[in-house]
Parts: sequence; structure tokens; C-alpha cells
Amino acid sequence: MDFIANLPPHFFRIPIALTLILTLVFVNALIMVYLERKIAGHMQYRLGPMEVGWHGVLQTAIDAVKLMSKQLIVPDAAHRKLFRIAPLLAFTPAVLPFVVMPFAPKLQGIDLNIGLIFILAMASLNVMAIFVAGWASNNKYGLLGAMRSVSQNIAYEIPILLSLLSVVFVVNSFSLGDIVGFQGKIWFIVLQPLAFLIYFVSSVAETNRAPFDLPEAESELTAGFHTEYSGMAFALFFLGEYTEMFIVSSLATAVFLGGWHGFPLPFFEYSAIVWFLVKTYILMFFMIWFRWTFPRVRFDQLLNFSWKYLIPFSLVNLLITAVVVKL
Amino acid sequence: MTSIAENISESYYENGQHKFLLNMGPQHPSTHGVLRLVLEMDGEYVTKIDPVIGYGHRMHEKIGEIRPAQSFLPNTARMDYVCALPYNHGYVSLLEQAAGIEVPRRAEFIRVITVELNRLASHLLWLGTFLLDLGAFTPILYCFDDREQVLDLLESLTGSRLTYSFHRVGGVYSDIDDKFIEGCHEFIKRLEKRFITYDRLVTGNIIFRKRSEGVGVLTPDAARRFGVTGPNMRGSGIDYDVRKAFPYSVYPEIDFDVPVGKNGDCLDRYDVRIEEMKQSIRILKQAVEMIPEGDIKSKVPKKLKLPKGHTSFSVEAARGELCYYMVSDGSDVPYRLKVRVPSYANLSSVAEICEGMLLADLVAVMGSFDLVIPEIDR
Repeated sequence: MDFIANLPPHFFRIPIALTLILTLVFVNALIMVYLERKIAGHMQYRLGPMEVGWHGVLQTAIDAVKLMSKQLIVPDAAHRKLFRIAPLLAFTPAVLPFVVMPFAPKLQGIDLNIGLIFILAMASLNVMAIFVAGWASNNKYGLLGAMRSVSQNIAYEIPILLSLLSVVFVVNSFSLGDIVGFQGKIWFIVLQPLAFLIYFVSSVAETNRAPFDLPEAESELTAGFHTEYSGMAFALFFLGEYTEMFIVSSLATAVFLGGWHGFPLPFFEYSAIVWFLVKTYILMFFMIWFRWTFPRVRFDQLLNFSWKYLIPFSLVNLLITAVVVKL
Repeated sequence: MTSIAENISESYYENGQHKFLLNMGPQHPSTHGVLRLVLEMDGEYVTKIDPVIGYGHRMHEKIGEIRPAQSFLPNTARMDYVCALPYNHGYVSLLEQAAGIEVPRRAEFIRVITVELNRLASHLLWLGTFLLDLGAFTPILYCFDDREQVLDLLESLTGSRLTYSFHRVGGVYSDIDDKFIEGCHEFIKRLEKRFITYDRLVTGNIIFRKRSEGVGVLTPDAARRFGVTGPNMRGSGIDYDVRKAFPYSVYPEIDFDVPVGKNGDCLDRYDVRIEEMKQSIRILKQAVEMIPEGDIKSKVPKKLKLPKGHTSFSVEAARGELCYYMVSDGSDVPYRLKVRVPSYANLSSVAEICEGMLLADLVAVMGSFDLVIPEIDR
């Protein structure tokens, strides 16, 4: 058994982490769909799901079973291979960023020294999946949704990167462990409020959530890029979307809201993970709140907002940060 | 315009621009019914619109010509099911005018009360769906909640919730009681509070204003050319309301204003409709106070005698001027019945004002025009 001892620790760490992450992703999607429907219901004078289980808590599980049992219909004119690959493309990159996510002091798959860049790189793969889906389904609505998605993601990845860079300038490291460790005394939301604001707005757009849900704007494009998808393929897109929400929120927690930092809880020994999840879910609650309150912006307004306001402001913020750090 | 609907699957080059045809409808979330729009698109921009109508054609006008005049009444409610009572009102008034039947004053007041309640229900539904077209999900549930109160009130009086046959030749079907009037007052109180909520939720919202200000401008000239009527026309600044211009029923005795917009964009049409709801409340309040005691139905023979000749009658429906035109040959079956519906003219102007617009704006304009497709198809 010598060779096992000689293997690098990552060899075991990463598969275990990935297994746990997959569980987390599915559980998170179940919770988020339920929360989304329940919160939307209460915002609209409704009750939301009530039938399956106590207050409908099992509704999403039942829905998942239903979706799995449904047939995946591939349109005649679609590109068959790409059409089937696209949902997997949407889902897989959405899981990987969790490998470097610092949930708690020792609960991190691997603390890469370029962790932040890794997350951004993986999260931006999502747009490729959407484009492939829209293109392969050979549907005009799908194509329009895919085109919107590409230009939207390009426009909003830049402010995300710039606002995160201003934090990196202060910490002087791309490692998420370092960034969270730096925030023991003061959170970055205090030091960099503008960067946080820009990051959060852009990340709502990056995840295609309302009011920036143009790739799937159902009053204009019926369902946008996933018009032709049914059954589990459709569900995978949604799994991807909710996972993306979780990623951008947990990244915001790690970078701006002090990650796992928080006063120790009296009733629970390992309070770091609780704090991390609480902060993340509060951010996700805001995203849900936006969705059920705002009308959708128009496409040109969306792009103008990024290129004319978010990017210049984040550049100015970055410049000021650089000057202050240098001093 | 030549029909571009035939070669739907094609895309082609025109002046170096790659264009393609997009089939919007008849099953599309924002055409509100079975309307089909064939759009010639240049990327996201709509360069040409060809509305295709007739999917919901039910031969209402023909049916009006083959059965006794009074039996046509249920059909009038099925043309515009969102705001059916003005259709009832117009039709029975037409027959009363043709046959020379007097209507008791109490019945006229009941008609006005129910019509205004129905107008409120219709505008509330429009408010919800317009915002749904703009991508806001929540307001429609709020509006439905309010609309539910109107429908409950009308149900308690008329027995149906959507397709009423409440106005009868010579009067109305049933009398209103104190409970109904109390319900009216309660509803008015509730709605006045709700307008504040709508104001906070919608009117001040920056995304809403950006989406509606200056979008889909209908010039007064275009409004006149296409025969656009109702709130859409008043949004363009033309002060024309059938209730004021050609007063009928007891409207001349009631004090109300006709709200008029300025620019003719989506925001003006929104403002005009919101203001119209407030005016409807004003009318309701007065009518409930002024209603006299008396009969609700005058004696009308089972078989109506319609003298030979032409008759027409216009009322202000929720979407604009509704006109019934009847040619009678002396029997109790009309020789020809023509219904002039407001949505038909309103839709035909959309094709012109939306050229060169973004797809999202087209949806917003369609929503702001408050089209009811079965009314167009008849």
C-alpha cells in the first residue's frame, strides 16, 4: 500500500470534495426552487406549493421525478449531438467552481493560488452552453436568446472582473483562502462598497436572472434558448442556473461579506459554515426578491448600463484602490 | 402591404442586410389570444409587421342575421369577454332605439353602474398583463385580486362572471339591493388604497419608465387615419370619448372628466388608463347616490318589431368606440348586423408605429394597446 501513501493528497481530496459538492448542488437546487416558489407566492398573495409534504416541501423532489420520467424530444431540424450535449455543458462547469470555494476554515476542496480566476473562468463557460443550446435547437427564438446571452455575458463579465480585482489589489492574492482570512477584522463590503454593488448587479445579469433575464425573456422569446428542451434536459439548465446563483452569491460572501467570519454560535460548535451559508442565502433571497419585483430591462438598455455606467465606475474604483494601496 | 406570411421559413438578403421572418403566434405568451404576427426581422429589430387574424372567427355577425334580435344578446358578451357589459349595453340600446322602447331611469343607472364596474375590471386586467409583457410577474396577481372583487360583485347581481347577458331590451335582468351598493362602496374604498400601491410598485419604477417613455409613439394624425379610439387615442392627445361626444344613457347627468395624454407613448396610454379608472370610480360614486326608485324593466313584447331602416348606436367600451349598425327589413330578425369593434382599428395602427422597433418594444406596445383578439376576429 505504499503507493497510496505516496500519492499527492489532492488525489483523494478532490474526488471526495466533488462528491460532496454534487450533493450540495442538488440539495441547493431543491431548496432554491422551493424557496423561489414559496417566496414568489407570498409576494403575490398566494401560498405557493402546499400539497406535497408539509407546506409543500417535497414539491420540488416530486417535480424532479416527473421531469426525469419525461421524454427528451429532439426536433427534426436540430443538430442532434450538440442539442444533447448543451444541457451537460450548462451543468458541469457550474459544479467545478465549488472545488475552490472556502466554505469554512478547513472546508475547502483545494486552495488554489489562482482560485478567483478559476471560478470566473468556469462560471463563464455557462454562456457557451447557452449558445450551443440556442444554436443547436434550430429555433429562431432560441437563436435570438442565445445571441442575447453572448453579448450580455461579455458585457457583464468585465465589471465583475474589475470589481473583484480591486479586492485583489488590497489583499495581493488571488487565493480565496487569503481573501477570506484578510477580512477577520473588517469586511470588504465596508472597504469597497461600490465594488460590491457593481459585482452584485453584474452577477444578477451574469446568471440571467430577472430583471436581466433576456436570454429567456418569456414575454418576448417564449422561452428563449431552452424553447425546444423538455424533461431532464430542461431541468439541467435550471439546475445550472440555480447553481450559478449559488456560486455568485457564495463568491460575494467570500470576497465581500467576510466569508465564514462571524461571532461563534452558542448552540453549534462549527459555526463558520453556518455563517457562510446564511450570508449566501440572504444574497440569494435578494436575487429572488428582484425577480418578483422588477420589470425586465430592454436589451439595448442592458448593454448600455454595463458599458456606460458599470465598467467606467468599476475602472474608477480600481484606479482609486490602486492609488490608495500604493500610498 | 404584400403578405409576407407565405414564405415563413425563408431568410434573405435585402440591401445587403440579412433578414429573416419570425412567426410570433398564434401561440405566443404575449399576443394574448390567437393573434399571429409575422415579423420581418433584422437581428433584434422588427422591420415589417404583418398581422394575421381570424383564428378565433365565430361568425357572430352572421349569427345576428339569422335569429330573432333578442336571441343575439348572449353573443355580444362573447366578442369581448374581458369587458362584456358595454357590448350588452350597446346592443340593447340599439334595439330600443330601433323599436322605440322607453327604458326606466333606474334601469339606466343600473346599466351605468355595471358598465363602469366592468370597465374597472377590464382596465385592471390590462394593467396586469401590460406589466407582464414588460416582464414584471407580480402586479398581475395584485390586479387579479382586485378584479376578483369586481367579478364577485357582478356575479352576485348578474349570475355570471365574464359573459354577461344582464342588460335586456327595455331594462335590466335584476335589481340591485343595499348589499350590492354596500359592496360597491367597499370595493371603491379598497381600490383607492390600492392605487397608492400600484403607484409605488409601478409608476415610479425606473425600469418601467425607461421601458415605456417615448416608446411606440402614436401620433394624433396616425390615430385619426387608422380610426384608433378609446384610451389609445386619448393617450395621443385627442379628446374624444363617446360618453361625452355623443352622450347616451344617463352619462350627461354625471360629472366626470376625460383624461387626455400628450405624447402618445406607452407611458401616456398607461397614465390615461389609470386616470380613467379613477374617473370610473367617480362615476360609480355619483351613480350609486343618484339612483332613483322605480321599475327596472319596461313592458317589451316577446317578438320585437323592428321597423324598416337603418339604426346605429355607439357606446364607449373599455377599448374604444363600439358601434352597432343594423339594417332591418321590418321583421324581428335583422337583415344585416355590423359590429364596429375598437381593437380592430387599434391593431392595424400597431403595424405602422412598430416598424424599426426592437422586438421587446413591440411586445410593450402591443401590451399598452390592450388588444382583445376574439373581439377582432368575432
